[in-house]
Amino acid sequence: MRLRTIAVNNLRRRKARAAFLVAGLLIGVGTVVALISLTQSMTGQTQANLQSFGANIVVKPRTRDVSLSYGGISAGGVAVGAQSLSEADLARIDAIPSRAGIAVVSPELVGAVLVKGRRALLMGVRPAAEFKLKRWWSVDAGRPPASGHELVAGAAAARTLRLLMGDYVRIGGRRFTVTGILRETGSQDDGLLITDLRAAQKVLHQEGMVTLVQIAALYADAPVDQIVKELSAALPGAEVTAMQEAVKGRMHAVDQFKGFSYAIVGVVIAIEALVVFITMMGAVNERTHEIGVFRAIGYRRVHITRLILIEALIASLIAGVLGYLAGMGVTYAVLPLVARSAAVAWAPLLGLGAVALAVAIGAFASLYPALHAGRMDPTEALRAL
Amino acid sequence: MITSVTDDPQTTTATPHDEAPAAAQAAVDPADGRAARFIDVRGLEKTFSGDGAPVYALRGVDVTVSEGSFLGVMGQSGSGKSTFLSILGGLSHPDAGSISVDGIDLYKLPGERLADFRREYLGFVFQSFNLVPYLTALENVTLPLAVKKMPSAEKRRRALEVLDHLGLADRAGHLPGKLSGGEQERVAIARALVNEPPLILADEPTGALDSETTVEIMDVFAGLHREGITIVMVTHNPEIQRYFDRTIVLRDGRLDCELPACDVGTPL
Repeated sequence: MRLRTIAVNNLRRRKARAAFLVAGLLIGVGTVVALISLTQSMTGQTQANLQSFGANIVVKPRTRDVSLSYGGISAGGVAVGAQSLSEADLARIDAIPSRAGIAVVSPELVGAVLVKGRRALLMGVRPAAEFKLKRWWSVDAGRPPASGHELVAGAAAARTLRLLMGDYVRIGGRRFTVTGILRETGSQDDGLLITDLRAAQKVLHQEGMVTLVQIAALYADAPVDQIVKELSAALPGAEVTAMQEAVKGRMHAVDQFKGFSYAIVGVVIAIEALVVFITMMGAVNERTHEIGVFRAIGYRRVHITRLILIEALIASLIAGVLGYLAGMGVTYAVLPLVARSAAVAWAPLLGLGAVALAVAIGAFASLYPALHAGRMDPTEALRAL
Repeated sequence: MITSVTDDPQTTTATPHDEAPAAAQAAVDPADGRAARFIDVRGLEKTFSGDGAPVYALRGVDVTVSEGSFLGVMGQSGSGKSTFLSILGGLSHPDAGSISVDGIDLYKLPGERLADFRREYLGFVFQSFNLVPYLTALENVTLPLAVKKMPSAEKRRRALEVLDHLGLADRAGHLPGKLSGGEQERVAIARALVNEPPLILADEPTGALDSETTVEIMDVFAGLHREGITIVMVTHNPEIQRYFDRTIVLRDGRLDCELPACDVGTPL
């Protein structure tokens, strides 16, 4: 028999007190785990949402607008020194050091065309990248263009040009099949005819050229500022614009949520430590007589202190494991209510952290009661003697 | 008034505190002297200061106990018996005086060595058994060994051996609450014996037992005495006095007399 045998037997045979101690820690650890896992899951979802909001960096040719006015009357303006972007610039974008922080690079070429005798805007894109970037684009009963002879019509363009899915249209001498109609977006995208980039380049006679490049940077993986800096250096003839305010605003909201959660976690930990402290002090005082017996039969102060700490650590270990499971259970139950599409993030590190947290709180909060037990005067403790 | 008592009837006389040690040491061989003065208590004083006036629990008690003897300590409630036993057991420091056991001056032991002394030299038997309620009889007996570096199997073997010696082998797995008063007392004795200590201190071990069980338990102590273990027992019960080699009586913190030299009418 060792000290831990005594500790285990005490916990086993004084079930009510042991259960109270474990429950106190379990509720605390469970709350912390639930808050952290909910925060992680919701942060993950927020990150995904931010990325699905579309591009946060736009690369376009550098122009200088000259305002023409006389006597306070504006006569419009003219863009001078305009340069164009080419597909070679896409390779330069791919070569920047922070390329890993970029989720999507989507070049676009836009130009006016005649369709059925009406003027319309044709946009050439790389469909896979563009539809990933613009997740709000939805093709009703159809699909994105898969070849250079297919196109998708915006809702307004389809109405104006009387296009239906499966129709054939001829644009600039090239025949296209309408593979889908975009659901109304309420933006200027509704007036577009969207096809493959190469087909658009041929129709618009701008082989190898692009009008602008939309980029979605991963907020979590790289600072947008840094990516903009590198893009500007790689493309001196281009104007690189980051939608900083939107990015910062969204991330600020996420950070505030995290901060709030961590503040609650701090309060929960403090309450939990207090519960353990009060429970252990109560247990020590209740066992005064027993501690006197231990001292009388030759246990050193350090043996008594160690015995109390072992009991607290065993209870903490159990509470840590159960608290983690309970916390994850709460996350499963609550997450669908607060974030419908978010998935629970199972983190083994969080499990280890939960157990470590429980043990740390148990040890910290039990230290004084354990030392107090070790300092008890055996005669006072025994009373009988 | 008697202020010093030894095993030797020749020296059971009034002796000034400061003369007794020198005289005793000069008269005996060192090895034999240690056996004769296995316990040597000199000028023991203890005062408790509560809210009111100080309470003088012990006032200059001198006692010498030879190895292997069975000493009874009797006296009225508040006479200082239990204080005497707790100081003798290294549980409570005296205000003045000294105690040596087997040549070890208890209250000069550094740090936690006093706890080590209790573990290695003493076995305590308490009036209310003081068994740990959540441990089985076997585990209670093994308690003193739990902090010793020794294989678990050896600890278990020794505890079972002692339990068997006291006729409790078949009750080893029972919790104290499932044992009778006599069985609990025997478990408490087994716990005191498991470290094979040379000295057992017992505080009213039969106080909570009926007369039949008292005889049964006192027979156990008598057996231990025959095996050569030194026993000091505090008791109120004059009926068990016959088991003692010697009986000393404390009154108001002083050594009043030693039976049978006391007057028959000495109230206890």
